[in-house]
Amino acid sequence: MAKLVSIEGLWWKLLTTALLLYVVIGGFLMEVPRLAILNETIRAFYFHVPMWFGMIILLLISVIFSVKQLKSNSLQHDRKAAAYANIGVLFGVLGLFTGMFWAKFTWGAYWSGDPKQNASAIGLLIYLAYFVLRNALEDAQQKARISAIYNIFAFATLVPLLFILPRLSDSLHPGSGGNPGFNAYETDNRLKMIFYPAVIAWTLLGAWLAQLDHRSQALKEKMNAKSVKL
Amino acid sequence: MLIREIHILLKKEIVLEWRQRYAFNGMLLYVASTILVCYLSFNLKMAQLNPITWNALFWIIMLFTAVNAIAKSFVQENAGRLLYYYSVVSAQGIILSKIIYNTGLMLLLTGLGYLFYSTVLGNPVGDHSLFLMNLLLASVGFSTTLTMVSGIAAKAGNNTMLMAILSFPVIIPILLLTIKISKNAIDGLDRSVSHQDIITLLAINVLVATLSFILFPYLWRS
Repeated sequence: MAKLVSIEGLWWKLLTTALLLYVVIGGFLMEVPRLAILNETIRAFYFHVPMWFGMIILLLISVIFSVKQLKSNSLQHDRKAAAYANIGVLFGVLGLFTGMFWAKFTWGAYWSGDPKQNASAIGLLIYLAYFVLRNALEDAQQKARISAIYNIFAFATLVPLLFILPRLSDSLHPGSGGNPGFNAYETDNRLKMIFYPAVIAWTLLGAWLAQLDHRSQALKEKMNAKSVKL
Repeated sequence: MLIREIHILLKKEIVLEWRQRYAFNGMLLYVASTILVCYLSFNLKMAQLNPITWNALFWIIMLFTAVNAIAKSFVQENAGRLLYYYSVVSAQGIILSKIIYNTGLMLLLTGLGYLFYSTVLGNPVGDHSLFLMNLLLASVGFSTTLTMVSGIAAKAGNNTMLMAILSFPVIIPILLLTIKISKNAIDGLDRSVSHQDIITLLAINVLVATLSFILFPYLWRS
């Protein structure tokens, strides 16, 4: 019997679905370490932290496509760079909101001016500016080239913003200012069992979304080109 | 070869600026009026601003001055002249000469701005040499970042709003570090406290300058 539908890269999409199911079910139902103040909110670890990992990885992929675009001058790479930046920003927004939600219950306020909160808000501004720049440019070739340049430039300033500056100042955030962070929890195997799959699953989901995004964009451009011909 | 190109281009920038002095005078007037507006809005007698406000206000004025001063670095070049440059000099020469020139311009503007600002709003700075060194690092940082961004904005139709949108988030790491070092200088803290920040600021400056050097030829070609 002929296949009804063929899905490109079926195996990793099935893997993503399975891992996500495991992460969501396990993340809410499995045992977690009992810690003061944190209590059940520690489960945010499975959803909030992977968002940031996912965002950084997706934005990195976007920059790689931007570099490729400058080298090859093909619009395909530009579409991919834009799609990965798009989904990276989506992850950033989700990361910010999950973080704010968590902060409400542990720090007592949605926004407390923590260096990491501020840095991530600025990081989002950088990428929103990237989208404004893309919309401001009419010519497709020029749009591809100039937005690639800005993307590389912006990513380079995002790195010190997210990884160096928050470390130079005190913070309430776990993992800085003497607060127990990632490494203190890492010793706990119960957290590890969900956390690592969670990072992989969310990042794969991001890549999947980005793939859908740039493919639909390519189809849209094809349709536009056709309607012009008619 | 590159050095010679930069030398000639720099000379050209300075001669051009000298011939149309209104641009530079305009910038000076811009700094002076902004400072005066701040002074009048706070309705202050001498030196009553608390150091944190003094510091933040000073750097915000400098940031806006920098954006306005450097935004025009590619605006005044018309299309025909750009084509001429394209055929006689390298892209690296252009960007480096613009960065060096803008650094000089920023040094002059921030220096004069600092003098005027401290005359009007008082001067709480404890460690003057650290503050001045910070002023130098900030000028270099502002001019490298903003020159590249103004090149990008120029390609997108010289939109001033675009220049602001593109440059503000990108310049924030430099601005935050500058404000921090400058606060240390105001409090007159021991130099060792600021070492780490100064090194980070230097590293960011070097990173941004290198990136501009690598990326500008691609921008130039389009």
